[in-house]
Amino acid sequence: MTIKLGVPSKGRLMDKTFDWFEERGLTLKKTGSEREYSGAVEGIDGVELVLLSAGEIPRELTAGRIHLGVTGSDLVREKVPSWETRVTELAGMGFGGADLIIAVPTSWVDVETLDDLDAAAAQFRRTHGYRLRIATKYHRLVREFLREHGVADYQLVDSQGATEGTVRNETAEAVADITSTGETLRANNLKILSDSLVHSSQATLFKSRSADWSNEDRLVLSQLEDLLGI
Amino acid sequence: MTGLIQANAEARRIRALFEAQGAQVVETDILQPAETLLDLYGEDIRARAYVTYDGLRGEMMLRPDFTVPVVQWHMETNAEPARYTYSGKVFRMQEDDTSRPNEYVQVGYEVFDGKAPNHADAEVFTLISKALEGLPVRAATGDLGILMAAVRGLSTTDARKAALLRHIWRPRRFRALLDRFGGKTPVPASRTALLASADPFKGIDTSHGVRTRAEVEARIEALREDAAAAPIASEQIALLDEILSLRETSPNVLSHLRDIAVDMPSIGPAVQRFSQRLEALSKAGINVDALDFEGNFGRTTLEYYDGFVFGFYADKRPDLPPVASGGRYDALTHVLGRGRAVPAVGGVIRPELVLALRDTL
Repeated sequence: MTIKLGVPSKGRLMDKTFDWFEERGLTLKKTGSEREYSGAVEGIDGVELVLLSAGEIPRELTAGRIHLGVTGSDLVREKVPSWETRVTELAGMGFGGADLIIAVPTSWVDVETLDDLDAAAAQFRRTHGYRLRIATKYHRLVREFLREHGVADYQLVDSQGATEGTVRNETAEAVADITSTGETLRANNLKILSDSLVHSSQATLFKSRSADWSNEDRLVLSQLEDLLGI
Repeated sequence: MTGLIQANAEARRIRALFEAQGAQVVETDILQPAETLLDLYGEDIRARAYVTYDGLRGEMMLRPDFTVPVVQWHMETNAEPARYTYSGKVFRMQEDDTSRPNEYVQVGYEVFDGKAPNHADAEVFTLISKALEGLPVRAATGDLGILMAAVRGLSTTDARKAALLRHIWRPRRFRALLDRFGGKTPVPASRTALLASADPFKGIDTSHGVRTRAEVEARIEALREDAAAAPIASEQIALLDEILSLRETSPNVLSHLRDIAVDMPSIGPAVQRFSQRLEALSKAGINVDALDFEGNFGRTTLEYYDGFVFGFYADKRPDLPPVASGGRYDALTHVLGRGRAVPAVGGVIRPELVLALRDTL
């Protein structure tokens, strides 16, 4: 038996993941042609590399089809209900960092906190007859955050890309999105609410709780943990 | 499946009791327009109800309860007084606790009768209590009308009262607002700076977005008024806290509330209604001396109750959800009726839980 390690199959996230393991004495490699998604792990026996889209790794971990996986901590929280019961965080990897925040137009000089957002939402609904729209692709995270903070009279509208543009296009009044520098937000006349950090995300090595862990697999995992120093 | 057959048989038994009271049987669609429910309960309901979609009708929800369709049915037919009963499945997403069923049967009884609300309250409670006769259940009650009357009676601005009333069902935000209005939490620095600024819009492009500059200015004005208003007196907040922390048998609560009403006369009429309801319950054969009352009861349920609220809990099974629950929801009919309110009270029983409890006997 081998344990399956799922890592992002392309881009910066893949490169940084490979670097992170390399620094700890493990070489992850794509095998076959450049376009083929198969891989190998050198430096330890019993670990198989599976290259996957970062967005699919949470699902594969939850289903137990991979034992370990590297993906954004935001994606796991967004896609996996009660994530703590399905996966364990083994290590934050220190890259791919970004904050999920809530931003409103800079012209809303009266709105700086969630408390203000809630009051503005009440006023907006009274004035316009519908709930204030927040564009996001992080529905679960944002909804849970706003419920916990008691913000009402809003609606989430789905935006899978170019979320910052929705306010200018008048398809939303506010946005909840991932940002690392805030530059795109500023360029679109948006500002971050001071207490609206929904989640601080980074690439994270997760362990599946539902995968088949044989005694042999557990042995390999503890060797791997020793190597990685986690 | 045998479970469902037995549950449906039990549902029919209970529904027959309700029909014998003169309730008309109603049926509702399983697929409900999502927008109505979202407008009513807010985005939170997505975490508790199944949302589905088709290209023509847009988002639909598998009914999470019968209240909304029954109120809509009543608003269309508009005969009063009216009593309805129904039974069928409701669907609730259970992402946190997979041991809880995501579909289960409810049998309900709803009364639309504005003439004698206290008697209607007592009627619903008594009927449900009778349907559960012999089962090891304990009833808990509350009355959000008292809390709302207390908020309305605070010596403060209407805007603050409206903000508190809007968050009656969100205890955490309610508390945060109370702390702010009572001066316990300091005003955020950003707000102080905003109100001190001669031209807060300086250098800012205000030409985009649905929310206009005039709306922002209106809110700044409201903030200015709020900043000028005196904090809510700590004595008044203490009385609110006293109401919220009440947890005794009903007669004890009544005498306690009468004491509070001396310092907070605004709750007088609501306390009077509470007292009349206890009389009506007593006349109907309920032992009110043993009936528990909790000042905080009913603030976190899915329904937006605004008066009498109750639940029946399995005595020795604290893990089970309430076997039956209900309350008064005048405000909800006000929203659904677009201003036309109908006094309404109702409750539901979960036959599957009734059967589970009967098995333990």
